[in-house]
Amino acid sequence: MRRSHPLIAAVAYLTLAFLYLPLLGVAIFSVNEARRGLVWKGFTLKWYLKLFQNEWILEAAWNTLLLALVSTIVATIIGTILAIAMDRFPWRRRTRTFLDIMLHIPVVIPDIILAASLVVAFGVLRLVSSIFEPGLLNMIIGHITFQIAFVALVVRSRLAAIGRELEEAARDLFASNWYLARKVMLPLLMPGIVAGAMLAFTLSLDDFVISFFTAGPDSQTLPLFIFAAVRRGVTPQVHALSTLIMLATVVLVVFTERITRQR
Amino acid sequence: MKPADAVITWYGELTTRYQLLKRGGGLLIPGILWLMLFLVLPSLVLVVVSFLSRGEYGQLEWIFTLENYKRLAGFSIFGWTANYLMILWRSVVVALVTTLVSVLLSYPLCFFIAARPRSSRYMWLTLVIIPFWTNMVIRTYAWFLILSPEMPVARLAAFLGVIPAGAPLYPNAVAVYLGMVSMFLPFVTLPLYASVERLDWSLVEAAQDLYASKTRVFTQAVLPQTIPGLSVGVILTFIPAMGMFVVPDLLGGAKYMLVGNLIQQQFGPSRDWPFGAAISMGLMVLTMIGLQIYRRKGKEIEVI
Repeated sequence: MRRSHPLIAAVAYLTLAFLYLPLLGVAIFSVNEARRGLVWKGFTLKWYLKLFQNEWILEAAWNTLLLALVSTIVATIIGTILAIAMDRFPWRRRTRTFLDIMLHIPVVIPDIILAASLVVAFGVLRLVSSIFEPGLLNMIIGHITFQIAFVALVVRSRLAAIGRELEEAARDLFASNWYLARKVMLPLLMPGIVAGAMLAFTLSLDDFVISFFTAGPDSQTLPLFIFAAVRRGVTPQVHALSTLIMLATVVLVVFTERITRQR
Repeated sequence: MKPADAVITWYGELTTRYQLLKRGGGLLIPGILWLMLFLVLPSLVLVVVSFLSRGEYGQLEWIFTLENYKRLAGFSIFGWTANYLMILWRSVVVALVTTLVSVLLSYPLCFFIAARPRSSRYMWLTLVIIPFWTNMVIRTYAWFLILSPEMPVARLAAFLGVIPAGAPLYPNAVAVYLGMVSMFLPFVTLPLYASVERLDWSLVEAAQDLYASKTRVFTQAVLPQTIPGLSVGVILTFIPAMGMFVVPDLLGGAKYMLVGNLIQQQFGPSRDWPFGAAISMGLMVLTMIGLQIYRRKGKEIEVI
């Protein structure tokens, strides 16, 4: 084992402290008795209890989950099919390049541009139907749009990794398209699909910009709630809410690592 | 090329090119349709809107104009100002500095993690992954808290006379940089770590055996090996950093606006979609320039 130079270790520790101290601050003040200000007045869990009595927050939490779940399911299905379609058929080079660029657009452009173009697009679609009023549906559509790209990229790399020998063997044994998809491709692809879905889910929970641009008055999500709360001033309830979300993130990260490491 | 209806074997399947493309095309349809409808078309509409005019109440008017771009370039009825160009320029500078600092901090962190015993290495890496996935609003909010007047940092600054007593350490440029670097640091560290972990140390030893200076060991034996991870990290940081809107909004205030805030303003309170679209185009051009400069170096960009 190599040892790292003390200076390197010192910088590394400071960097980690730089990442974690603010988060730790939030966690500490979430169990602080004081209602206003940031002076330590003793330990309490009442802010957490209050969270569960706050209808706004409960609704925002529900919206956040609903948004993440629905968009992840749709994006995972569409993204997986897209990845298979792109990878397993003899497309011409030009088609391939075009598809490739399209998939990378949401990954590389700043999300605010995607958000802006969605605002304008929904503005146009609103002329056709009123279901495109700002709200949860628009947010779901927006999330699916960037999630598809990530799911497809993850599944595609899995497709490349599993190779085509087993598919070829199945074909040689007269497997039909449907049988091949169900009994050979799907089980082999599952780790990739799950990884893609987890990525999509986390991206949805993580998103602020797309939601902020497409949300309506009744589709508050937790990040939007916190953003609005910060402008009104920091409160212990928001500390508690943020801490809970951080804990949920930790659980999600550890869980994802477990799944993806099993491969 | 063989005709489309010639029988071929395609990985064990006896078929024709026509059959394959028909089936493949069918599978492409849902994804392509979605991306066309909600990604490609909206982007094109955005381009069109950037050439339209804003009506009195914020509605779109179908009058073709270059006014929005002129305004972005600083021309108005009151003459020329550099305001908007300054905001664009500032966004580029902030993104560059953020990327640079993140890279400088990521190298030691990656080498530190790579030097941990195998059993605990993963735990250290997870310490970087967690902030990576924590919602950016919460992380910005955390800085908001740390920099508020009652906290030790602000008190120290007040004691030293940097800020008046009882004032927070935001909004200002320093707060924006703190927020930005902490936001994007994991975006550099994680891809870079993938390269550092795979580093071939025998090359480093060889360089040392040949009496290379420490700088040369780094620039000639270490750096070239970490370029793949570094490029991904730089792309993942520089581009989103340019469009960043949450951090400057909460920690920068009106005086330290970045292009992300400017765009948000047009689509939010100002209701000036055409101008917002024009600014987005400006940001898009900057993004493309950034990507091109990167591609020029002949690197394969594999984003995930």
